[in-house]
Amino acid sequence: MSFQPYVRTDILPEQAPPSTASGPIAWMRENLFATIPNAILTIVAVYFIFSILHEVLPWVIKSSWAAGSLSECRDVIRETYGPDSTGACWAVIRERYLQLLFGFYPPFPGGEANGSVAVEGSMMAYFRVNLTFVFMLVAIAPLLFNSLPRKMIWFSALFPFLAFWLLWGGSIWPPLMVLAGIALGGVAYGVLSKAVSPLAGVIAALVTPVIWWLLLAGPVAGVLHGIAPIGILDVATDRFGGFMLSVIIGVTGIALSLPLGILLALGRQSDMMFIKAMCVGFIEFIRGVPLITLLFVASVLLNYFLPTGTTFDLVLRVVIMVTLFASAYMAEVVRGGLAALPTGQYEAADSLGLDYWKATRLITLPQALKISIPGIVSTFIGLFKDTTLVSIIGLMDPIGLTNVIRADTNWNGIVWELYGFIALVFFLFCFSMSRYSMYLERKLKTGH
Amino acid sequence: MKKTTFLGTVAAAALVSGFASAGTLDDVKAKGFVQCGVSTGVVGFAMADANGVWDGFDVAVCRAVAAAVLGDPQAVKFTPTTGKTRFTALASGEVDMLARNTTWTFSRDVDLKFTFVGVNYYDGQGFMVPKALGVSSAKDLDGATVCIQTGTTTELNLADYFRVNNISYEPVPIETNAEGQQQYLAGACDVYTTDASGLAATRATFEKPDDHVVLPEIISKEPLGPLVRHGDDQWGDVVRWTLNALIAAEELGITSANIGEASMKAGNNPEINRLLGTEGNLGEMLGLSADWAKNAITAGGNYGEVFEKNIGENTPIGLSRGLNAQWTDGGLIYTPPFR
Amino acid sequence: MSAITDPPKDGFRPSMLIYDSRYRSMTIQVVALMLFMLGVGWLVSNAAANLAALGKPLGFSFLSDPAGYDINQRLIEYNSQMSHGRAAIVGLLNTLLVAVMGCALATVLGVTIGILRLSHNWLVARLMTLYIETLRNVPVLLWIVLMMAVFIESFPRPNDFRGDNATASMYLNDSVALTNRGFYIPKPEFFDGSLIVVLTFLLSIVAIYVFGKWSKARQAATGQILPNGWIKLAIFFVPSIIIYFIMGSPIGLELPVLKGFNFKGGFHMRNSLIALWLALSFYTAAFIAENVRAGIQAVDKGQSEAAAALGLRPNRTMKLVILPQALRVIIPPLISQYLNLTKNSSLAIAVGYMDVTGTLGGITLNQTGREMECLLLLMLCYLIISLSISGVMNWYNESVKLKER
Repeated sequence: MSFQPYVRTDILPEQAPPSTASGPIAWMRENLFATIPNAILTIVAVYFIFSILHEVLPWVIKSSWAAGSLSECRDVIRETYGPDSTGACWAVIRERYLQLLFGFYPPFPGGEANGSVAVEGSMMAYFRVNLTFVFMLVAIAPLLFNSLPRKMIWFSALFPFLAFWLLWGGSIWPPLMVLAGIALGGVAYGVLSKAVSPLAGVIAALVTPVIWWLLLAGPVAGVLHGIAPIGILDVATDRFGGFMLSVIIGVTGIALSLPLGILLALGRQSDMMFIKAMCVGFIEFIRGVPLITLLFVASVLLNYFLPTGTTFDLVLRVVIMVTLFASAYMAEVVRGGLAALPTGQYEAADSLGLDYWKATRLITLPQALKISIPGIVSTFIGLFKDTTLVSIIGLMDPIGLTNVIRADTNWNGIVWELYGFIALVFFLFCFSMSRYSMYLERKLKTGH
Repeated sequence: MKKTTFLGTVAAAALVSGFASAGTLDDVKAKGFVQCGVSTGVVGFAMADANGVWDGFDVAVCRAVAAAVLGDPQAVKFTPTTGKTRFTALASGEVDMLARNTTWTFSRDVDLKFTFVGVNYYDGQGFMVPKALGVSSAKDLDGATVCIQTGTTTELNLADYFRVNNISYEPVPIETNAEGQQQYLAGACDVYTTDASGLAATRATFEKPDDHVVLPEIISKEPLGPLVRHGDDQWGDVVRWTLNALIAAEELGITSANIGEASMKAGNNPEINRLLGTEGNLGEMLGLSADWAKNAITAGGNYGEVFEKNIGENTPIGLSRGLNAQWTDGGLIYTPPFR
Repeated sequence: MSAITDPPKDGFRPSMLIYDSRYRSMTIQVVALMLFMLGVGWLVSNAAANLAALGKPLGFSFLSDPAGYDINQRLIEYNSQMSHGRAAIVGLLNTLLVAVMGCALATVLGVTIGILRLSHNWLVARLMTLYIETLRNVPVLLWIVLMMAVFIESFPRPNDFRGDNATASMYLNDSVALTNRGFYIPKPEFFDGSLIVVLTFLLSIVAIYVFGKWSKARQAATGQILPNGWIKLAIFFVPSIIIYFIMGSPIGLELPVLKGFNFKGGFHMRNSLIALWLALSFYTAAFIAENVRAGIQAVDKGQSEAAAALGLRPNRTMKLVILPQALRVIIPPLISQYLNLTKNSSLAIAVGYMDVTGTLGGITLNQTGREMECLLLLMLCYLIISLSISGVMNWYNESVKLKER
């Protein structure tokens, strides 16, 4: 018999690594209990999370969704969960969420301007606001995504007029006439810059639209409306409210402040002493005072600075002040972008023989704007959050509406549900925007 | 690119609002609605429902004026104003009238240059305390924490009252009634002070109203009424006499139920006839149609009906007429004759 | 932009104002100046005309009229018979108080959270991310209002401390009462001889500073490190305590006692102040934490590796190597966070804290109807505060900047 050494002929199955090296235990060891202080931190954190959830969750869950008033809510909760239960009364959100989103905007704007009981079923509720919102996303898209066709920028340019008409309603002619003013300016530039001189062209391009808007646009729009009365029901701004108002103020403020901010940033970098002083003074003044004082100015002072007897809408006054406010911050963001460009870019532009405006328009500004997009987005987030301050001057933004809702005898005394809902919506808006801006930041970083 | 919208909007706004001309009445008729300043929300006096329809005791005055001038109680646009913005809104012409429980005081009338056209509610500042505190008089409130709604005459009255009576207190200023109520109910203040009507309205909506008492002391006179700008007497007259028409209608027994009948043809009572335009030309004198008062009364009923519907004893707010009863019933509500 | 041009060949022609780049900027500036003056002049003349039409020409005499209203939170003597101007100063001091407290707390919290966010502890890092995102993405006005609501709902009311079956009790040997009207804490009372104790205390602070210098010099000379922290702590406490007992306990505590409707005595930190302070600090801390994180991550990894190679322990690496370098990145955004906090403190009116917006821009404006003057003064106040903060911080920034030689 020959000696047969023991050799295993089949391979053993792989053993799982010891639990201390992989799997949940190892993970916990590494990430939660690596050192003693770390373990203490973990335990404190767990306790903290537990105690918060312990307080909040029962309140959120033991709630009532169907009730007509706060007292009814309380009764329902007591009946369902026992006599001592307290819980959230989400019924108020169910009843009022459309108001929190759209304010007093007529849901079916085929009906009466003032009556809320409008003709139902004629068109989708709030379609004008929703449509504007969708258009807004489409209009912003080409600015944010490079892959989209460049032609879409024309839609972005037309969007403000479209949005104005959709939201405010009325005759279609005034917005068209305003648009015509710009076209006139373009024509005047084209004709005069060839025929006389470029400078005359620029002056004509600035002056013609202003004359047109101030003197002719109104009457012409009136005449045209007489001939072809195309229009939709007009909605006054006293019916604007809720998150719709926040978005309107925020988006208009940021859109208008962008050109203003660019001019201010260029002015601040200019070597013309007086222009620079003016820009610095403006920026530092606006950045030095709280937004609320500017809103007070909008609500109580702005009329004093206009010719006696002129008044215009509070929402418009707020938009003006918000725009001025945002433009100062925007100017700083753009200035950061301009400063971050390598000097070589400026020098290269100079060496090509480009004049200041050409160099700015073609070389420096596009690059500076590209790198300041994250800054612009975060300015927008800040501005959007700050629109809540308009409630202090009596506009019906979501926080302003909480007062209206609480003035209703049915809902007097309700606090948490309303604030919670508003906070949640704000969070969703702002969080997604900030994530987007972080994504952009990463994308831009890989470029170098 | 976007800057043009700005100019466009300004231009459009200038087109829409234009320049306020001398006569508010003509303006109102031209634009087809009354712009009325109200509060941002006071239970029973001005509140908007889920559809954004404004309702309440103050709002009813606006609707009556719209009905008198334009024949349509719905032809009103409401501008919610805060304590800070209300006077500027009126002075700058942003609103045509203000019906926002505003106290008629000397300085507001003379210094700020407003015309108070009358009083639609006689109020006074009172105190509300929890019953458990065992306080029966405001004089017992030494050292108490008092929640006050700011932006009104309230904080001045309070400072004066406590100073005169030589007792100390801790003021807690509050922006809105809703927050005041929240703090009071949570016990962050012992006392809540505002106009007695506001106290009653607030108390009515508590979970347990009986646990709270309104103290007997009324420390101020607060005649609340609608107001217009100085210097436009025609418009002032329109608002004043619309309010008076509501009051007179109650005194004369005209209600929204029987007004149709009464205004068909001239009856036996010449004052009713003059009021409803079946006799004489009062409407024409005001620059309105002959049936102006009929429209105003039809809008929401006479003064008594408006009161009962919005803040009266059958509503959750449950205010009794008290000082606001007709003079014939021992109250202060009194209108000059329609003659 | 600099552009080199040929010297002019002949004399000055008016068209050179536009076409010669040496004169063009002058022309533009003069035109801009004229337009600016015209614009300002137009606004001012409108304002003057409007104010005259309303019968309230610009004037500040109303500031000396009696204010007529009371203010609960005041750092200087004030009552309703004093002037509007005095009320404005009381408000201004309140603004400064909450701004200083807020900046301090926000910095501490922000730095802690920013560092913890980089922690290796998964749970803690996630929790801090959650904190930052939640706080940053909800408006500060909501936080202020919510904080106030949480405060008044969760703490006991003074009445709960009363009676035999009280549901709440005071802390620390009956010296601290936490109520929903605010916190009542003991107030030091100074008797005879307290001056010496205070002087000793001040001297020991000077001594700590001197000791720090000496110890540093010693370390540089000999390389030995003293247990600085312990020695400083000892200097801070020991002499003062010894003198305190030698002088026969000349400093006592005035304890808050429940009397009538409220606690009396001691310091009263009002609920509005605490809610506003916490809300502003928590909110701003989220932003500061992000700045701190970015600053720490901006320090090159080689730095911490080099420190480790030198044998420095992790906490010393952080203290001596990373943080000093990170500070340069952190300070500029920190300045703007301080500014934001100060400006956000104007939302105090939402919780009834009487800051300068609440007095000068609130009740005074309402009672006197002088919108123009009140708002101008209000903006001036904030502008001065903002400019001084950024001035001080810029100066500090200059001093920590990399000095290139």
